[in-house]
Amino acid sequence: MEPFKKTTSIITPLDKVNVDTDQIVPKQFLKLVQKSGFGKFLFFNWRYDENENPKSDFVLNDSKYDDSQILVAGDNFGCGSSREHAVWALQDYGFSVIIAPSFADIFFSNCFKNGILPISLDQKIVERLQQESEPIEVDLENQIIKTSSEDIPFEIDSHKKKILLEGLDDIAQTYQFEDKISEFEKQSIIPSVL
Amino acid sequence: MGKTLFEKIWDAHVVVGKESGPSLIYIDRHLVHEVTSPQAFDGLRMNNRKVRRPDLTIATMDHNVPTTDRGLPILDQTSSIQIQTLEKNCQDFGIKLFDINSPNQGIVHVIGPQLGITLPGSTIVCGDSHTSTHGAFGALAFGIGTSEVEHVLASQTLWLEKPKPFEIRVEGKRKNPHAVTAKDIVLSIIKHIGTGGGTGTVIEYRGEGIEDLSMEQRMTICNMSIEAGARAGLIAPDEKTYDYLRGRQYTPKNYESLVEYWRENLKTDDDAKFEKQFTLHIDDIAPQVSWGTNPGMTCDVTETVPTPDEFSKGDPNQKKGAEKALDYMDLKSGTPIEEIKIDRVFIGSCTNARLEDLIEASKVIKGQKVSPDVRAMVVPGSQMVKKQAEEMGLDKIFTDANFEWREAGCSMCLGMNPDILSPGERCASTSNRNFEGRQGAGGRTHLVSPVMAAAAAINGHFVDVRKMDLS
Repeated sequence: MEPFKKTTSIITPLDKVNVDTDQIVPKQFLKLVQKSGFGKFLFFNWRYDENENPKSDFVLNDSKYDDSQILVAGDNFGCGSSREHAVWALQDYGFSVIIAPSFADIFFSNCFKNGILPISLDQKIVERLQQESEPIEVDLENQIIKTSSEDIPFEIDSHKKKILLEGLDDIAQTYQFEDKISEFEKQSIIPSVL
Repeated sequence: MGKTLFEKIWDAHVVVGKESGPSLIYIDRHLVHEVTSPQAFDGLRMNNRKVRRPDLTIATMDHNVPTTDRGLPILDQTSSIQIQTLEKNCQDFGIKLFDINSPNQGIVHVIGPQLGITLPGSTIVCGDSHTSTHGAFGALAFGIGTSEVEHVLASQTLWLEKPKPFEIRVEGKRKNPHAVTAKDIVLSIIKHIGTGGGTGTVIEYRGEGIEDLSMEQRMTICNMSIEAGARAGLIAPDEKTYDYLRGRQYTPKNYESLVEYWRENLKTDDDAKFEKQFTLHIDDIAPQVSWGTNPGMTCDVTETVPTPDEFSKGDPNQKKGAEKALDYMDLKSGTPIEEIKIDRVFIGSCTNARLEDLIEASKVIKGQKVSPDVRAMVVPGSQMVKKQAEEMGLDKIFTDANFEWREAGCSMCLGMNPDILSPGERCASTSNRNFEGRQGAGGRTHLVSPVMAAAAAINGHFVDVRKMDLS
């Protein structure tokens, strides 16, 4: 996984609450057996009309946001289905930071497996950020967001921070505890299925 | 201080615990399906890793299998590739697969309990958010993403932050339990606590209203925990739980000694503390119908479609969400729910496609015909459910009423297969999500119980099933 340390870009405001993973990547695109290439399906039903022409009123179709790497959305972002395809689509499209008042649990966890930093901030701050037209800097090392007018600190669990900063392979980390896993298996009362 | 049931199961599965941050948790059962697993197996191959415990891993195909005649080829090429990929992955990594022709095939959350794979006190994961269903057996069961699927395949463990215990008490007795169902209880709960109300928690459902439920009804409740944002939902096992699992195909040989242990250990201590609590009184609750684009946007069948102001109670973001939902659903505030006409009916999904659901729905339609304006289908949750239903003659009742009787799969719950709504079509659905486009781009979903869906099929619009004789 690519490490994530810092990014600077303008934000893309997505002024919606309860954005579910069915909206982030609709089910007709879940049939691929690889992880790449999901960016073109991101927010597909909001982005395109029935003839697959871009809808002019959807924020991603405004060219001024083309190079944005920071999505700022409403409460309970990523709710619904566990599909990691949602995170692959956001990442492939070019987002590396998502800011919202809150995130759904599975989506939140999926972000860290793919080098995306989800930041939850107070509703009022998120609303201010949605109005921000100048580039902002998101600095993970120092846990701070710098805008043209303020510095906003954010919280992150130290283990998750390390994973992103170093781009760590989770499974390789876990293999260091293989003896403990074997020990656990010896005393487990739940038998094999077969 | 005492512990909650969730905390006991958690503590019994900690492989590596730390003062703060995530713990390494052991996983007893890993269920795999075709949509969220191919990239995980690829990851194993790229790193020359094996599946650590194929004997704790079970696979089936459910999300994109067609529900028409199993003898026909799968026309959608990408679906077909995904299904073949799962077959190859299971073969290469030594995993037991119930394929499209197996009598055990079905929706993964329906077959787990039916086969006795789901066990009380165990940890169960699957790359599907409705894994919470298995919590009905007192298991800690939750959905995971594909990277976590790979992690479990490789190590049989997961790094997890400990969620907080949330107690939801369901008190009282329903006056008409055939008309007011488990689905109405769980939709009522989500209506009150909201789609983010359970975020960061594991819900334990307790109280008389839960104890009264059958195992299949309890599964409906736990299934929709994720729609309230909870990581998992569970119910303490009792004799109904142990009876349900006894003697099934994969029930462990030492089952009775396990039951003895579970009877002693799998309950919340009297002095345990929950971080959050909510109580629902069910004596007077009505059948529920969702009107919007998330499961929290739900009201009684006797009510009218609310105004955005009534729904949002002063929250401007929720108000905006409701306005958008009404626009998408093409509904006007003030319209009586019973006047909403429907085009399609779907009885199916991991929420409501078990035998009892089909029995209850069949009582509503027996001797009647589906409204000529409606296309209705029943998709049993598993091939086992289908067979049992056919032995009882339920298929005949449904087909005589002009319902389509299908093969098992997720079908129109998420429309990854040929079963989808056309743009603008309105569906009474027993599934779990009414998100925009969930059942087909532009399709409009109303979540209801199986009896409410069946009654809507006959009448062409929603009706209050309490007015019908369902005994």
